[in-house]
Amino acid sequence: MLDKNGIAKRIAREVKDGMYVNLGIGIPTLVANFIPEGINVVLQSENGILGMGPFPYEGEEDADLINAGKQTVTLLPGASIFDSAMSFGMIRAQKVDLTILGAMEVSENGDIANWKIPGKMVKGMGGAMDLVASAKNIIVAMQHVNKAGESKLLPACTLPLTGVRCVKKIVTELAVLDVLPEGGFRLMERAPGVSVEQIKNATKGKLIVEGIIPEMEI
Amino acid sequence: MINKVVKNAEEAIKDIHDGAVLLVGGFGLCGIPENLIAALVKKGVKNLTCISNNAGVDDFGLGLLLQTRQIKKMISSYVGENDEFERQMLSGELEVELIPQGTLATRCLMAGYGIPAFYTPAGFGTEVGEGKESRKFTFNGIEKDYLMEYAFESDFALVKAWKGDEAGNLIFRSTARNFNPLMAMAGKITIAEVEELVPAGTLHPDQIHTPGIYVHRIFQGEKYEKRIEQRTVRKRN
Repeated sequence: MLDKNGIAKRIAREVKDGMYVNLGIGIPTLVANFIPEGINVVLQSENGILGMGPFPYEGEEDADLINAGKQTVTLLPGASIFDSAMSFGMIRAQKVDLTILGAMEVSENGDIANWKIPGKMVKGMGGAMDLVASAKNIIVAMQHVNKAGESKLLPACTLPLTGVRCVKKIVTELAVLDVLPEGGFRLMERAPGVSVEQIKNATKGKLIVEGIIPEMEI
Repeated sequence: MINKVVKNAEEAIKDIHDGAVLLVGGFGLCGIPENLIAALVKKGVKNLTCISNNAGVDDFGLGLLLQTRQIKKMISSYVGENDEFERQMLSGELEVELIPQGTLATRCLMAGYGIPAFYTPAGFGTEVGEGKESRKFTFNGIEKDYLMEYAFESDFALVKAWKGDEAGNLIFRSTARNFNPLMAMAGKITIAEVEELVPAGTLHPDQIHTPGIYVHRIFQGEKYEKRIEQRTVRKRN
């Protein structure tokens, strides 16, 4: 079973040289720590940065320079700054190659819910609806089951949707799964020490298991 | 040169009335018009509709206008990190409309470009799309459903820039740019507060982000706290 860093490390392998990538808040943010040497990627932050760098050294924080999670950050050589309309313009026009974000639920046809729990939590969608409606490639980083032990990979989402038929790949603490265009979660890899049986038990939506499922390399 | 300079925040907002619809720049607490918000609190205008990406925190930004119950309705994309906001929303005291961030930005841009409506895929198939006109388009070789969204109509835009000149030309700094140039373009009357106000001719015309035609009033803010919401740092090795 993977911890949060393990999930991030596995997702980092999906990041290819030359990509522009948008990382969501939470586990997706950790992905930046595991991008291998020699792979050049540019991180986009939807509040208006291309070329986002690491957190600043203590004493060098700049109130005018934050990421989409409102954290102080830095800029790398070659970075640029733009307004919010251009930021979502480059997202809609699919100039951004890969979007990695968290989810509360994903359905077997690729619907995603991650912005609202009626009666409990309403913080808003921020840029998530724009990102999932337009991104070429969306990877979801999340826990396979919620705190109550219920599967988050479902036949249909129960929470208000963020987007429809958009998720292509999911990486959880148990597995890597592809969401098939015709519907269904196709099991691609098992986390170290996790059995196919365990993944079946934790997946409420349609799980497709074909052949021998390899253990992930991370 | 048409001189847009006003004395201070109080003078700049003198005609903002009860029930006004305001566009308020900033992302989180970054690039917010601190002095204009303080002046609105002092003036005590009520029943405001504020269109702003976020709602500030309990004791800063638009949170200050929530504390004094001056806001009737918020149109935002993300409103976490504000307990008083949550309380007013759940009790029904405050009307809240949540919309996707890119839609919010583009509704400002379109207002400034004179385009009344546009299509975006964001929110199709979700509750954001309920009751909205939709249409299929093939774009870049992909057929998709799009929602029609309208340009914002508002009474005033309150924005914050780094530098500005007497003619109302604005330059923003770093990610404090965010929604500010878009809202500046969208306002029927746009009020800009700047950290440094300079004589016309000082800023290089090639460097201007927002041309003065979009700005009706400009002043240098008395002081800037520029509060950081999430101070994150790394250790020096």
